[in-house]
Amino acid sequence: MSWRRLGRRLLQAVPVLLLVAIGVFVLLELAQGDAVDAYLAGIGGAGDLTLAAELRQRYGLADSLGARFLTYATSLATLDLGWSIAFARPVLDVILERLPKTLLLMGSGILLAALLGIGLGALAALRRGRPTDTVVTTAALVLNATPGFWLGLLLIIVFSVELRWLPLGGFSTLDSRATGLAAVLDTARHLVLPAATLGLTYFALYLRLMRGAMLAAAESGWVTAAKARGLPTRRIVLRHMARPALLPVVTMLGLQSGTMLGGSVVVETVFAIPGLGSLAFEAVSQRDLPLLAGILLAGTVLVVLVNILVDIVYGRLDPRVGDNLGRVAGD
Amino acid sequence: MVMGASRREILLSTTALAGVALVARGRGAWAQEPVKGGTLIVAADTEPRNLNPAMVASNGVFYVSSKVVEPLVEMDYETGLRPVLATEWGGSEDGLTYTVKLREGVTFSDGTPFTSEDVAFSAMQVWKPLQNLGRVVFPNLEAVDTPDPLTAVFTFSVPTPPQLIENALPALSSVLPKHLYDGSDIAENPLNMAPVGTGPFVFAEHRPGEFIRLERNPTYWGEGQPYLDAILYRVLPDAGAKAAALETGDIHLTAFSAVPLAEMPRLDALDDVTVVDKGYEGITYQITLEINHRRAELANPLVRQALRHAIDPQFIVDVVFMGYATAATGPVPSSAADFYTADVATYDFDIAAAEALLDEAGYPRGADGTRFSLRLRPAPWFEQTRAVGDYVRQALQKVGIAVELVTADPGGHIAAVYTDHDFDLAIGSPVYRNDPAISTTILFQGGLPAGVPFSNQYGYDDPAMNEIIAKGLRTIDSAERVAVYEEFQRKAAEDLPILVLVDFTFLTVARDEVRNVANNPRWATSSWADTWLQP
Repeated sequence: MSWRRLGRRLLQAVPVLLLVAIGVFVLLELAQGDAVDAYLAGIGGAGDLTLAAELRQRYGLADSLGARFLTYATSLATLDLGWSIAFARPVLDVILERLPKTLLLMGSGILLAALLGIGLGALAALRRGRPTDTVVTTAALVLNATPGFWLGLLLIIVFSVELRWLPLGGFSTLDSRATGLAAVLDTARHLVLPAATLGLTYFALYLRLMRGAMLAAAESGWVTAAKARGLPTRRIVLRHMARPALLPVVTMLGLQSGTMLGGSVVVETVFAIPGLGSLAFEAVSQRDLPLLAGILLAGTVLVVLVNILVDIVYGRLDPRVGDNLGRVAGD
Repeated sequence: MVMGASRREILLSTTALAGVALVARGRGAWAQEPVKGGTLIVAADTEPRNLNPAMVASNGVFYVSSKVVEPLVEMDYETGLRPVLATEWGGSEDGLTYTVKLREGVTFSDGTPFTSEDVAFSAMQVWKPLQNLGRVVFPNLEAVDTPDPLTAVFTFSVPTPPQLIENALPALSSVLPKHLYDGSDIAENPLNMAPVGTGPFVFAEHRPGEFIRLERNPTYWGEGQPYLDAILYRVLPDAGAKAAALETGDIHLTAFSAVPLAEMPRLDALDDVTVVDKGYEGITYQITLEINHRRAELANPLVRQALRHAIDPQFIVDVVFMGYATAATGPVPSSAADFYTADVATYDFDIAAAEALLDEAGYPRGADGTRFSLRLRPAPWFEQTRAVGDYVRQALQKVGIAVELVTADPGGHIAAVYTDHDFDLAIGSPVYRNDPAISTTILFQGGLPAGVPFSNQYGYDDPAMNEIIAKGLRTIDSAERVAVYEEFQRKAAEDLPILVLVDFTFLTVARDEVRNVANNPRWATSSWADTWLQP
């Protein structure tokens, strides 16, 4: 992919971002109560009006609607994320602290879902209609229908409380002073259960896609031709069925990376992992506009980057796709 | 003194109970001499954005920072109040001055001596102008004189009951180091997130979303205290995960009923975990049905009496609180023995009486069996406030009042009820803070501006009630003042401006190695200087 196309893709994200930014402002504005109300609810009230008035002054909430939108739009446009009301710290610090954890959790969760989906999907396709197919497909659907918090707690009870194999929450052993490899292994141990929860809940989608695409490929002319040429089955399955079947899976990966970013509040809460999902929830319930805007920006950038990555992978898997996209975009 | 005697009774009954528990659990063989060392790990739901207890007097803040920043006095089961930074305290006959003698040889954890200057600074610069509760108790505080380093004399512009000040001291009098705050913008001082005080522990580290760590203060004034090396507040937002962490020993303790009540019997049955329902007597919460008198139907006293007859507080106690609560008779909880009176109008759970009153008020059942409909907003912050909302809806439907539940998040709820008056009924959970004048009478006082959370935004404004409330603020003699608040309770039960349904406190769940749990009426929000871990 050329730098020109990369720049174009980033530019295309601007109107999307603008729309979402306005939407966030309007929605928070429509919600009853502001950041000061949320704060006072948390501390049990203030006895009179003066504290609330002072706080509104301090946070700029006493300004007119227009003035507040202008401040908000200016900070977004200049990429100045400002100061979080709920955390009393710079928005950038709060987000940067959580971003790596979210990326690691989400990355491992999605990766697990995709690997499980691809592997088991291919298996189910090859054993189509046989018991293996039924068992795998049903298991995937049941897990997909299981609420994430329930599955998470179940895994905690089995692996942390009963078997005591794995830690039950957090991102690293509290207060540990481990460094280097020990620290990496420690975090990996903490990641097993949350990543498994995410992976198990989401792999059904990949499984269905992979299975369907494999079956479609099996009936295609090129597989018939390959069989006629007497190619070994292993080569046919891997090169002529699995490779094209990966295309829809990769598309879904790109789409899901966006939704999973926001959809992990439950897993983050159950496993006490301070990530972006619970941060966004906190920002909304605290009516913290600067923080929400910051999360929005971070999320948008992340989704755009992932989509560019997906495009690149697409081109690798199927050279024709890359060319076509290039031509359409280049018109 | 009325208060001391009653508290002693509480103590006797609690020690008796504790004794039974100890024998039953066979803990007699455990060492009773405190052992030094160890890190106590406790669960935290959320991390307050401000850890300065002198500014934000709330239980969430105290849970962490009362171990670092100490108040002048603390509540005590035996004596009512026990000295902390103050050794003697008392008011003048005319109610215009209140004198506090301070403890000798106390230093802040940075080594600076603690003096009356710090008390004067905290009172005048923080408690009175900045603190959420101090604004209510200290509006007439004019000056704090410091005749010597160990004496602080509070001067009021109008007579202020010494009883009120005394009752307010445990929660309102956290002392900040003047030398670190003076001249700064106190509200924005970075130390608000890393407090410095005279307490048994010093603030060490906050890793957002993970933990807050406090470490032992080696220069603490308490002889041989604290026993613990450190306290770690582990952030565990999910209630189910907290219960699991207690079982595995990943945490030692949860406070404020952080584990769902439904889990309590299971946890209590574990060999090494105990559910403790003591240690919150100084911070009793109540469940109220808040009523908007701007609705013509609800302005009618007959209708409000009917609502009271239609709702069964005992059902709420038994089902919603699983027995860990008591039916209330009015705005002063029965645990507050110094002010409580049972001699008030009472209303039995009686559906027939409720229906008769509604008929009498002129709201007969319509063709569809409904008399009128109301919108009910349950406060969203406790599992129990939401559950009571569901119960009240069903209970009122039985007497022909249709109820629509409206839910919002905390910020939205506060704005809807206390600013916009956008409700007919609401389920509230006000806190009784040791004296009716601190956060209780404000729920009955008329003429308050819109926008004050947890206050009378109900449209109830009764001159006689307003006079009783004003009298309580200017009556200096303690016995007379108690009589005023008995009158307040009678008036509240007679008028029923809001319905007070249930008194409740919280539960602590602790692993058995944690010792000296719940040994004062504000235990979770006290200093934990004498808490220790059985090795």
